[in-house]
Amino acid sequence: MPVKHVNNVPVWQRREPLKQYAIWAGWMLGGMLFLLCWKVISDNTIWEFMNDAGTQAGSLIGRMIPPDWSITGSLMLPLWDTINIATVGTALGILIAFPLAFLAARNTTPHPALRAVALAIIVSSRSINALIWAMLLVTIVGPGIFAGMLAIALRSIGFVGKLLYEAIEEIHPTPVEALSSTGAARTQVLAYAVWPQIMPAFAGISVYRWDINIREATTLGLVGAGGIGLQMNAAINNLAWAQVATVFVLIFATVIVSEWVSAKVRHAVI
Amino acid sequence: MSAADTGNEPLPSLEQQRIAQAREGRWRPLPLIRSRHWRWIINLSVLLYVVLAWLSVDVNWSRVAQGMERGQAFVASFLQPDFTSRGGEILTGLWESLTMTFTATVIGVALAIPVGLGAARNIAPLPVYFVCRGIIAVSRTFQEIIIAILFVTMFGFGPLAGVITLAFATIGFMAKLLAEDIEDTQKEPLEAIRATGGGWLQWINYAVQPQVMPRLIGLSLYRLDINFRESAVIGIVGAGGIGATLNTSINRYDYDTSAAILLLIIVIVLMSEYLSGYVRKWTQ
Repeated sequence: MPVKHVNNVPVWQRREPLKQYAIWAGWMLGGMLFLLCWKVISDNTIWEFMNDAGTQAGSLIGRMIPPDWSITGSLMLPLWDTINIATVGTALGILIAFPLAFLAARNTTPHPALRAVALAIIVSSRSINALIWAMLLVTIVGPGIFAGMLAIALRSIGFVGKLLYEAIEEIHPTPVEALSSTGAARTQVLAYAVWPQIMPAFAGISVYRWDINIREATTLGLVGAGGIGLQMNAAINNLAWAQVATVFVLIFATVIVSEWVSAKVRHAVI
Repeated sequence: MSAADTGNEPLPSLEQQRIAQAREGRWRPLPLIRSRHWRWIINLSVLLYVVLAWLSVDVNWSRVAQGMERGQAFVASFLQPDFTSRGGEILTGLWESLTMTFTATVIGVALAIPVGLGAARNIAPLPVYFVCRGIIAVSRTFQEIIIAILFVTMFGFGPLAGVITLAFATIGFMAKLLAEDIEDTQKEPLEAIRATGGGWLQWINYAVQPQVMPRLIGLSLYRLDINFRESAVIGIVGAGGIGATLNTSINRYDYDTSAAILLLIIVIVLMSEYLSGYVRKWTQ
């Protein structure tokens, strides 16, 4: 126990002195790095804009309240599109991620080289936001829901693939060994020893990603990939903030519902 | 086995049939959903949804065919990314993204700690709990890009709007996970510090903090990673960072530069993932 003597009275210390100094030095370095970064930000900011930020914010909120409820009916179809983008996109993503996860898991991969390729695909898909995929796909397949679905699918591959291959690597080896020792084929081992063990995780991951995808799908319209984001973008460009507020309320409600569904399903399977 | 295949009998006999069939060497795994009716209802509703969803998509196949050429060009550009011809823009954009990421994470985590303490049911009084949960819900619902649009309108173009956006999004993420972690802490140390007569700050510092610190560090690093990825996006609406450069290059069909930027993002995300894995091992 680290003890410091003050006037010959032992006083309890939380850490050894050297460790304490090291922690202080770490905080100091971190603080310096933060200030350096802040300086870069500050240099690139036009501070004159900040002077009227309060009034800007006030007038923005003032124009948003009350929301323009008259457009709610016309937003229902885009909302349906958004849900479709998220759901179909998630399904497509899972279809590709599922075999990929088996290739990427250390204990089920047929070959280390294939594992490296699968991991590279998972990392690339994970690192790039759905909105960037959407921007690219809009230039390739044209604007619309289809581009949105593909973008959501491409982003979901990495997420589902990573969590699923980690789940596969964490399975108990005993059922696998038991089945292998009976002479079961590779596919039979996967189907009857590996799959039952990862099924709850798989369902949980899929629903969780669907929930995230609902949120992401609401913004894809900003780059032309369909859904309620298109209406939001149009309203923002027209500076019709009352309509923007309506869209926000709808998004908020949809996200709350999808989060509730996802939480229910995850509680049921895990 | 004609009688066994009808499957209309009540459950116990179905179970017996299964066993009888298994004895004859015709074993089948248990179905996931016991009731045959529910299986049909679920299958049919999935089919119905697929049809409905398919009807809502109108793919313009001639446009897709046209775009395929661009798609090939994009894939090919990953083999010959062009780092140099827009090197200056890429470098400034990346530097801005990295500084934004770090600043926003520090500010966001610092603000998320009090909100997270307030949103933990076992240490916060009910009114504070509801206020903090409200903050978390609002921050988590809206995507970074939507928040960025609002903050760009308020604070003008530039990285400051981006920093505030990312910090705001960080608050919801970190506070929610921190609150859940605090709610999962062991009760005994909390009671022990209480029993010695420690004040509120001492209580938090010596009973709660040591229990949640490893996870807090891990989550902060994870959020740093997320914030970097998001910083590549919010530039599209003018909130600074590499996103603006990326957006321009994609709109100009300058896929070689886009590929270079995307590769850089992937490499940085990979590095930060390795780093955070290392730090997490070290803190636990």
